[in-house]
Amino acid sequence: MNLVNLLKIAFKALNRNKLRMALTMLGIIIGIAAVICMLAIGQGSKESIKAQISEMGSNMIMIHPGNMQRGGVRQSADDMQSLKVADYEALRDRTVYLSAVSPMVQSSGQIVVGNNNWPSSISGVTPEYMDIRKLAVEDGEMFTEADIKSAAKVCLVGKTVADNLFTNGENPIGRVIRFGKIPLTVIGVLQSKGTNSMGMDQDDVVIAPYTTVMKRILAVDYLGSIFASALSEETTDEAIGEITALLRQAHRLNDDADDDFDIRSQQELSEMMNSTSDMMTVLLTCIAFISLIVGGIGIMNMMYVSVTERTREIGLRMSIGARGIDIMLQFLIESIIISVAGGVIGVIVGCGATWAVGVLAGWPVSIVASSIFLSFAVCTVTGIFFGWVPAVKASNLDPIEAIRYE
Amino acid sequence: MSNREIIKITDLKRDFVVGGETVHALRGVSFSIHAGEFVTIMGTSGSGKSTLLNTLGCLDTPSSGEYLLDGVSVRSMSKNERARLRNRKIGFVFQNYNLLPKTTSVENVELPLLYNSEIGAKERRQRAIDALNAVGLEGRLYHKSNQMSGGQQQRVAIARALVNDPVIILADEATGNLDTRTSMSVLVLFQELHRRGRTIIFVTHNPELAAFSSRNIVLRDGRIISDTLNQSPASASDMLASMPADDK
Repeated sequence: MNLVNLLKIAFKALNRNKLRMALTMLGIIIGIAAVICMLAIGQGSKESIKAQISEMGSNMIMIHPGNMQRGGVRQSADDMQSLKVADYEALRDRTVYLSAVSPMVQSSGQIVVGNNNWPSSISGVTPEYMDIRKLAVEDGEMFTEADIKSAAKVCLVGKTVADNLFTNGENPIGRVIRFGKIPLTVIGVLQSKGTNSMGMDQDDVVIAPYTTVMKRILAVDYLGSIFASALSEETTDEAIGEITALLRQAHRLNDDADDDFDIRSQQELSEMMNSTSDMMTVLLTCIAFISLIVGGIGIMNMMYVSVTERTREIGLRMSIGARGIDIMLQFLIESIIISVAGGVIGVIVGCGATWAVGVLAGWPVSIVASSIFLSFAVCTVTGIFFGWVPAVKASNLDPIEAIRYE
Repeated sequence: MSNREIIKITDLKRDFVVGGETVHALRGVSFSIHAGEFVTIMGTSGSGKSTLLNTLGCLDTPSSGEYLLDGVSVRSMSKNERARLRNRKIGFVFQNYNLLPKTTSVENVELPLLYNSEIGAKERRQRAIDALNAVGLEGRLYHKSNQMSGGQQQRVAIARALVNDPVIILADEATGNLDTRTSMSVLVLFQELHRRGRTIIFVTHNPELAAFSSRNIVLRDGRIISDTLNQSPASASDMLASMPADDK
């Protein structure tokens, strides 16, 4: 008995019952399509989160002052003054895992140009801030080290700020805007970044040399925070360790004292968001796999009915020379054909459904190639697994009784 | 015609245990059948003729006694060996035809050869067509089984029994489901096959059919009560000719 003949026999047998085969397949089709679609939606949302995070700067590390007590009273971060310019300079000059460091002093207030005004905040930084936050100058130019040294009265504005202050579409470059009482010359406009994943407008910013903000606007001698960028995403942990050691030393903290600063990395954020979307993916995939199992049980059900209904056929096949294993393989092949054919159609339907979800609902979707291979594997296994018991039952029939079965 | 011994059984016994009681279906049956014989085996229900047929067809093994089919001992064979033997040496014809539904005549007849990996697709098809020609169904090669009359279906079944060129054809009440006239035409076919040298065993409970065979074995309660040769079998085709034409 060769395999080609067995395949022929199985195909002919299935061909005699097309409607039943199609209905049985439906379970598998829906199961596979659901798995592919769910995984695609999960992967899509993961990728879109990843893209949003890397837009904010994927290696970014933020250092805030923190955990400071004044006579037993814990202070809010805004009041803390533990980060100094010296800390920034130490991080800039004495670290190896950081590719860029920038101080950050922020002040919010009303910006005025002629008879337009707009509430925004001004961030005092160094040019390296552009690398850390993945910002770019669209028009004009960035301020320089010289501007920082002289605390020059220059700034760059974000798209939102520019649009709201220069409502007639004039070129902001070279114009003087007033932040509180301080006039600043606009030397550049930042490229638009849109809103971030939390819905905050990333274009509603004004950046200036940190010295300008510290000395001319706020008149303070401490920093609000320090932004840094690790060499790569993988070395973020080493970079954090390095920063911690350096700052503890600079702040002369005893070994048993808590840090008086707080370090957060973008990686933590991305892990947190990924874990949420991973959970959703697992949940959806579980549901999809359940439907696949239900489909498999449908196959088993159908094969059982089929074995009973075709008892006489089995008896006949045995009496003309089919061995038990021939009968078993025939039924096994039938169930594999149903499940694999269902799988192929399911993949097509799943891809179509994924595309429809992407277009109609506008969700980010991305078909995972491995999910297609997985589906085929699962289909074949389903076919063998759920076809096995009925096939064995068929092969164990007694030909004498089977041939006279009514 | 050779005098080859196709079937030789000696003191064949077959016991069944049903609900704790032993039923003796065959209580010691012995006979031999030579090539070219047309044997009818008769008996009422319970006489053991079905058990005998199953044993002769290698579907069942005897409890004791010896069975040689074409010189090969069947008793000690495994299930798979017997399946192979059925595939190569035996042709079955059943009362209810047992054709695959919604399947063409040719495909039905090809079936035994599908389980024989030595035969390729081309030869398989040719032999199926030849077998259908031999039973006079050359015009019905691609008709599906449910589009044919009972007589035609039984002819397809006979062609299926012939296709593997068996040493013996075992017919189990092969005319049992057919009306008198169609039965007779099927008998004509069996006699025709017999004339061409086929060895046929025809199991039936209908005593009228004994007249058409060359030998008649009668069973009762698991034993042979008569085994007679028929020197001048009646001609089924004459009988058919003498029957009044259908309906009208």
